[in-house]
Amino acid sequence: MARISPTAAATSNGQDPLAGQIPFKGNGAGTPEVIIEARDIVVGFGDRLVLNHTNLNVYRGEILGFVGGSGAGKSVLMRTIIGLIPKRQGTVKVFGVDMDATSDAGRRAVERRWGILFQQGALFSSLTVKENLQFPVREYLNLSQKLLDELAIAKLEMVGLDASACDKYPSELSGGMTKRVALARALSLDPEIVFLDEPTSGLDPIGAGEFDTLIATLQRTLGLTVFMVTHDLDSLHTVCDRIAVLADGKVISAGTMETMLASEHPWMRAYFHGKRSRAVEHAVPQPTES
Amino acid sequence: MNIRVNGEKFLQDTVQGDRLTLSGAGAWIAINAHTLEVAIQAISRRYPAVKHVVIDMARVERLDTFGAWLLERLTRVFSARGCATDVTGLSSDYGALMSELRTVKLDDGSRRTGSQSLFYAFASIGENIASVGGSLLAIVNMLGALTMAYARVLTRPRSFRFTSLVHQLDNVAWRAVPIILLITFLIGCIIAQQGLFHFRKFGADVYVVDMVGILVLRELGVLIVCIMVAGRSGSAYTAELGSMKMREEIDALQTMGFDPVEVLILPRILALLIGVPILTFLGSMAALYGGGLVCWLYGGIDPEIFLSRLKESIALNTFEVGMIKAPFMALVIGVVASVEGLAVKGSAESLGRQTTASVVESIFLVIVMDGIFAIFFASIGM
Ligand SMILES: Nc1ncnc2c1ncn2[C@@H]1O[C@H](COP(=O)(O)OP(=O)(O)OP(=O)(O)O)[C@@H](O)[C@H]1O
Ligand SMILES: [Mg+2]
Repeated sequence: MARISPTAAATSNGQDPLAGQIPFKGNGAGTPEVIIEARDIVVGFGDRLVLNHTNLNVYRGEILGFVGGSGAGKSVLMRTIIGLIPKRQGTVKVFGVDMDATSDAGRRAVERRWGILFQQGALFSSLTVKENLQFPVREYLNLSQKLLDELAIAKLEMVGLDASACDKYPSELSGGMTKRVALARALSLDPEIVFLDEPTSGLDPIGAGEFDTLIATLQRTLGLTVFMVTHDLDSLHTVCDRIAVLADGKVISAGTMETMLASEHPWMRAYFHGKRSRAVEHAVPQPTES
Repeated sequence: MNIRVNGEKFLQDTVQGDRLTLSGAGAWIAINAHTLEVAIQAISRRYPAVKHVVIDMARVERLDTFGAWLLERLTRVFSARGCATDVTGLSSDYGALMSELRTVKLDDGSRRTGSQSLFYAFASIGENIASVGGSLLAIVNMLGALTMAYARVLTRPRSFRFTSLVHQLDNVAWRAVPIILLITFLIGCIIAQQGLFHFRKFGADVYVVDMVGILVLRELGVLIVCIMVAGRSGSAYTAELGSMKMREEIDALQTMGFDPVEVLILPRILALLIGVPILTFLGSMAALYGGGLVCWLYGGIDPEIFLSRLKESIALNTFEVGMIKAPFMALVIGVVASVEGLAVKGSAESLGRQTTASVVESIFLVIVMDGIFAIFFASIGM
């Protein structure tokens, strides 16, 4: 598992590109499959490098919590993986498909299998909630309007809203509702991977807790892989199988909560042992899996 | 009797008396949802009289929300008819998903369409008529707010956003000069050419100069410029203010104790009030130049003759009539653009709608104003 990509290993002078990153142990037996593989990513704006030879693996079926200071480049890495931001160097493989080498059709096939929740929601402002949810479905599947309507309502209920939100426009939603609708839209094609950029920010603690439970439920029932950028320590404790930490343009560590708590890195100590985290640590019994 | 797609049976039905057994198979997932829906509809129609339904899901390999919802719909259809419905053999992995879907209430939302479209048609006519009154009121309102803001700025000149005014003047006037010159020049040429062509038939060539002079200075110069400015700057104002409104920037200004009219709108309107007369003057000159050029090259009227004839045919007040109108037109364009900008709601579509409305409305009002001015100047003998 250590050396996945010999080329990447070679570029960093024979060092393991995933040094300090502990792979996901998996829910079942056997080595888990790498579903997203980002190697040696360099992204910069002007003369400022945001990601500096970043490596990250995401394994099938896990919920990966991605943390880092504000402005560390978490959203940038997510958008680079999705292909919204051009990279100066490096490769991204999703489902084993090299996103730069593949054809347009290959890209679209991959895009159909992931769902994305943007940090600002990014709902289509001129479509109602229902139409927002149906938009991607209509594009890829040929379903009757009745079924589309029912599915939209079902998805809304899954994210904790109800049918009364259907005919609202995005500008008429509260911040939390926007998040939920955006999640519902991200899930509308039953993707295999969902990228969530701060899904619980802006939700009340109860709502955030429900959201976490929901993500965990969906992950279990649909076999989702979740890539979740979050600052919510509760989420990290309760739902994330693994946590990856981004600092100074690199993923400095990835592993379970225990690994994070044991780390000596100053930023991680401050983050995971800070005043806010202690409350969570004491309140929530630590997961003792495997 | 079975629905087969790609050799796969999704749903198989067997009946014993009033007991129906359905056994599902294959992948109940998004790409098969359409086939499944048809199969489910067919089966629910085929057995209207059964009393007991067992749905055996043991052979279903995969289930996603699409398939799960269709299963839920199947059970609902039979339950609604009073059948006892059982789902058996479903992998426990999907238990959570199914129980999630079981609580879905469909009632709201899906029924609000159709049937009342005639009612909506009448309602929207009414709303449109009422909105004309509403927008006139909004214009008057904005004029009032502008006067207040202007008065406040006069008492505290230091608070005026001079940088903003200069920036807007640059956008509205300076950058518009080339296109305005080009268009008015061409219009001048066209009028002169048409005039020459037709006047020549009865030997009245030289009256073309009168026509070009009066038409350009009194009416066309200012009208062309105002239509250009409405399309160019009025639409930009609406779009700018509208997107600020959408992103709550205007609310933010207000909560910080600033008056959006004073900060955003007053400099824009002052820029128009200064810019439009300048552009009108430049435009009129370009049109006269174009007219003169065509008279010379096409009509054989020498520039000296053109100029002396022009001097005879127009008086200073011909020029004044055009120039007096310019600031009023500018005010109309600016106020309409601002009112429409502030009327933008949350969606991108509404931004587009208000921008269109802003341009159409301001051009319309500019022409109406021009008519009113024509009557006014005629009655005072100007
Ligand atoms: N389009 C862009 N142009 C220039 N700089 C950008 C752009 N997008 C992001 N950046 C810069 O990249 C850095 C990383 O931004 P990013 O949005 O990834 O932060 P983040 O880790 O997601 O932070 P947060 O937790 O606050 O969302 C920031 O310094 C930001 O200013
Ligand atoms: Mg971010």
